[in-house]
Amino acid sequence: MFDHAAQDPLLHIRNLSKRFHTSRGIVHAVSDVSFDIPRGSITGLVGESGSGKTTLGRTLLRLIEPSEGETIFDGTDINKLDGRALRATRRRMQIIFQDPISSLNPRFKVGQIVAEGLRAHGIGTISERKDRVATLLDEVGLSSDAISRFPHEFSGGQRQRIGIARALALEPEFIVADESVSALDVSIQAQVLNLLLELRERHNLTMLFIAHDLSVVEYLCDQIVVMYLGRVAEIGLAQHVYSSPGHPYTQALLTAVPVPDPQAARDRTILTGDIPSPLDPPSGCVFRTRCPIADAACATNIPAPVKAGPAHQLYCRKPNVQN
Amino acid sequence: MATHPSPAAFEAKFLELLFARRAVLFALIVFAIIALLCAFASVVAPSDPAKMSVRDRLTAPGADFILGADAFGRDVASRLLFAGRVSLSVGLGVAALSSLVGVVLGLCAGFFRQLDAPLSRLVDAMMAFPDILLAIALVSILGGSAVNVILALAIVYAPRIARIVRASTLVIRELPFVEAAMALGVSTPAIMVRHVLPNILSPIIVQATFIFAYAMLAEAGLSFLGVGIDPSTPTWGTMINEGRQYIDQAAFLILYPGVAISISVLVLQLIGDGLRDALDPRLAKDL
Repeated sequence: MFDHAAQDPLLHIRNLSKRFHTSRGIVHAVSDVSFDIPRGSITGLVGESGSGKTTLGRTLLRLIEPSEGETIFDGTDINKLDGRALRATRRRMQIIFQDPISSLNPRFKVGQIVAEGLRAHGIGTISERKDRVATLLDEVGLSSDAISRFPHEFSGGQRQRIGIARALALEPEFIVADESVSALDVSIQAQVLNLLLELRERHNLTMLFIAHDLSVVEYLCDQIVVMYLGRVAEIGLAQHVYSSPGHPYTQALLTAVPVPDPQAARDRTILTGDIPSPLDPPSGCVFRTRCPIADAACATNIPAPVKAGPAHQLYCRKPNVQN
Repeated sequence: MATHPSPAAFEAKFLELLFARRAVLFALIVFAIIALLCAFASVVAPSDPAKMSVRDRLTAPGADFILGADAFGRDVASRLLFAGRVSLSVGLGVAALSSLVGVVLGLCAGFFRQLDAPLSRLVDAMMAFPDILLAIALVSILGGSAVNVILALAIVYAPRIARIVRASTLVIRELPFVEAAMALGVSTPAIMVRHVLPNILSPIIVQATFIFAYAMLAEAGLSFLGVGIDPSTPTWGTMINEGRQYIDQAAFLILYPGVAISISVLVLQLIGDGLRDALDPRLAKDL
């Protein structure tokens, strides 16, 4: 486990925004997001569909160019790197995708898929790469005869393991896992999650785990970032956010998590309606149109961060802080 | 969820689909025979295609000349085979060259957003020109040799490939495995050639087959109009052009090269149709 306050974070995200210019207007996918990802931690990024969490994950790796803001990775702002330097830095940060089917090139054998990063960076001879691929496949729990087979010959869970081996090949320090288990069966989800935890320990990885399933995030993560309509709603250590959620959106999300005991009394905050269009986000607090406690003043100002505890911040005018 | 056939299983399935249609199998065999006969023209041909014999001029098909003799007493059968070699080479050359140019243009247009608009407008402008008119203009500028005819026709047909490649590239480049390659630090040219191109080969192959046929027709048209390959090199088009003057005395002079062109183009179209049917539905499922 990591100590949140003790060290300088691997990733400093400062005022990061991404706007897409479309024929229908400007989509505000990510707006003014700032937070830190401590070294060796797993940060969970949660929010419903359309909250911008996938765009944020891609923007951190500069797979999507940010509109503005800084992504300082180990002291360097990756948004300022040119082509060559960016390619070199990409070795250190990788991504594991959601869809186990379309994330693997159907024309490549598994060996080629996993070795592609090594090849691109000119690491090792062909036979050294082959050995490395065999080691990686073993590490993610696949037999070495997988090397010469094609991705379609594997099940969803196995294919996700191939994707993990590909991401690990370059020995990255930071991995974005974008809903990496949500396409899998529940039993397989647990296996893949355990694999990720095990690899995190062994390689001292820092991870951003993007999910919409809060129970998975609670199990896995040290820190949680809750996003709504492109903005951070609440951020804090997992135990704080789960035990005392301060933002009405977080409270609504948490009460939507099913509890195994049907008799348990529950005080639920039910969200009505859909998330508003990012083409035309509400003024002031973006959550106010669905917020049970919003008043007229919420429409005028974008809420400033409120400290709710050590390393626990909310973006709400009327936070319901219990501790 | 889509299933992905492995290339090996895919090839077996592909051949099965391709041969399932009798017409396609038949067309492949006919085309193979034509191609082999023309390729080995110097061995197969009954006599020298350039040997003139004034006494035998316009001899009807028979024992001496299986397909008759032309106005200079040259053996039509031999000329047909040697001419076929040129016509097929032009078709193949145009198919290959236009594919190469079209792939480069299409990949660039599909991959680099800034290049898309200018390249697409250029391709649209070229496609708005009547094919044969553009070819005539280009050959008149370049001069009438086989290589120049191939160049001119490749320029005429490259936009067709470019359009298909651009459209397919736009689909593939959005797939996560391309993003994964970017994240791994694979260079953009390598992503285009290693990751995108192999996944869009099917429609290119189909279109190239059609272009093979169109180019043979266009070459015949150019030669017939007298703006194609220099008349001293026989092609099916020049043979028809030369035979035209004797149409009332020796109709066979234009009949045989005409039939040769028709059959070649027909079987190529059938092969193209067969390839499309065997490749395209798979492609749709594949992606």
